[in-house]
Amino acid sequence: MLLLLAITALAIAWLRDLFAAVMLAGIYGLLSASFFVSVDAVDVAFTEAAVGAGIFPLLMLAALALVGRNEQTAYRRPLISLLLVSITGAALVLGTLDMPAFGSADAPPHNHVAVRYIEESPKEIGIPNMVTSVLADYRSFDTLGEVVVVFTAAMGVLGLLFTGRAASPGSATERANMYDHRVLRVVSKMLIPLILLFALYVQFHGEYGPGGGFQAGVIFAAGIILYAMLFGFGNAQRVVRPALLQILAACGVLIYGSVGVVCLLSGGNFLDYSQLLPDPLVGRHVGILVIELGVGITVASAMILIFYAFASATVNSEEVA
Amino acid sequence: MIALLLEGVSVLCLGTGIFLLVSGGVGLLRFPEVFSRMHAAGVTETLAASLILLGLMLLAGWGIVMFKLLLILLFILITSPTASHALAKSAVHGGLGVDPDRNETS
Amino acid sequence: MLPELYNYWVVILLMMTGFYIVIVQGNLIKKLIGLNLFQTSVFIFYISLGKVSGGSAPIFAEGVSSYSNPLPHVLILTAIVVGIATTALALALVIRIRNAYGTVEEEELQQRDLEC
Repeated sequence: MLLLLAITALAIAWLRDLFAAVMLAGIYGLLSASFFVSVDAVDVAFTEAAVGAGIFPLLMLAALALVGRNEQTAYRRPLISLLLVSITGAALVLGTLDMPAFGSADAPPHNHVAVRYIEESPKEIGIPNMVTSVLADYRSFDTLGEVVVVFTAAMGVLGLLFTGRAASPGSATERANMYDHRVLRVVSKMLIPLILLFALYVQFHGEYGPGGGFQAGVIFAAGIILYAMLFGFGNAQRVVRPALLQILAACGVLIYGSVGVVCLLSGGNFLDYSQLLPDPLVGRHVGILVIELGVGITVASAMILIFYAFASATVNSEEVA
Repeated sequence: MIALLLEGVSVLCLGTGIFLLVSGGVGLLRFPEVFSRMHAAGVTETLAASLILLGLMLLAGWGIVMFKLLLILLFILITSPTASHALAKSAVHGGLGVDPDRNETS
Repeated sequence: MLPELYNYWVVILLMMTGFYIVIVQGNLIKKLIGLNLFQTSVFIFYISLGKVSGGSAPIFAEGVSSYSNPLPHVLILTAIVVGIATTALALALVIRIRNAYGTVEEEELQQRDLEC
């Protein structure tokens, strides 16, 4: 598995065609997702499959459509760089010689806080998925920060690319009709509701199985993006309005933050859900559910917004040209 | 007896699936141009994936796991031909028409 | 020796490949792909650290006593989503650079800057 990853990476470095490199990057994302499954990181694999093999190549392709797929310049000082890289790599390999063996149970990372997470979290929080309980409860402050970063990045992309001018639906449908994707449309009409349903399942089943707000948000966004690609950008914007998405993205962060404030007001610490309800266990459960919802809303609307921004830039540049 | 039979059939399914995957891979590498390559990859992939999933379902027995595998099977049966179709269509769009004289295309 | 540290070495190889792309290539998009390789290699490193042989996925189940470490999973899970958001921001910057300069090759960009 890792060997395949390495080969893909080398091929990316080797290729001059940016389009092929992007496609290989997608394969690389899928391969690393399957590697994550094989080392028990199912939640991570979920996210990486949706992001690395879905959204990342898509955004890259959108950018390529704007920028052009050929790279012209020669490599700059390849030999010196290769030397530098090899030296750094050799130094790092030297560093690994002291590392604990792969998979050994008594390695330092497993003997500090992780023990507590594993042994106490099913009792303390009452949900089986430890990743969710660490994400949404023990380290919820951290996660709040991450959500804010996603939100800010989406706003940054909007500020850079969004022209405020909605793509005229006429041109978008024309574009879609130009390649007559009838088969694709029928099949995706069957699949998109299932994808959205699956996203909701992942969202609300996150405490019991692998899943949670981040994964669900990304999957939901992928469903909407699929719709936008097949049925025209203008149509998608009519279904899911950018203005609504902007409000939703902010609302997700707001939901997360206000749960924390409610906890403060009811006498606990910030984001200490046990204060939410009389029964601390149920309170924690509810708190996790609500903040996961906030995370999901923000991530989904941020991803769709980013895609809209790229797509509108593409359409506009085509109209100019 | 039944258990043994089930196991035998599932081993047969898995084996055939694996063989088809390998032959599809060989075809992908050996065939001369885009469409025959796609044929090799797409057709065998669908059948091989179905066979492997069928074998796994027989091994799993009744239960939630079998149901999930069935869903995956349905999903693959729907999406895999669609993906091949989209690929072929974009190949035609990209100017790789069916031309017997053309050898190496990609 | 080899099987114990093999994972880490492959991670280093991936990381160095990404690093090499970032240094050598002049095209900004290609640099971003390299950066993404680098990033993913760090993810793989963390997840490898979290693996306990014989452990199962960190979802509580009856009769399972040994789990892999959930902490790296949490960190990487959020890092992936944040990573794609920041990559999108970088791509947006690249597109703006293209609009302003008409190119995304680093050397041409520097020349334009010197001319101004």
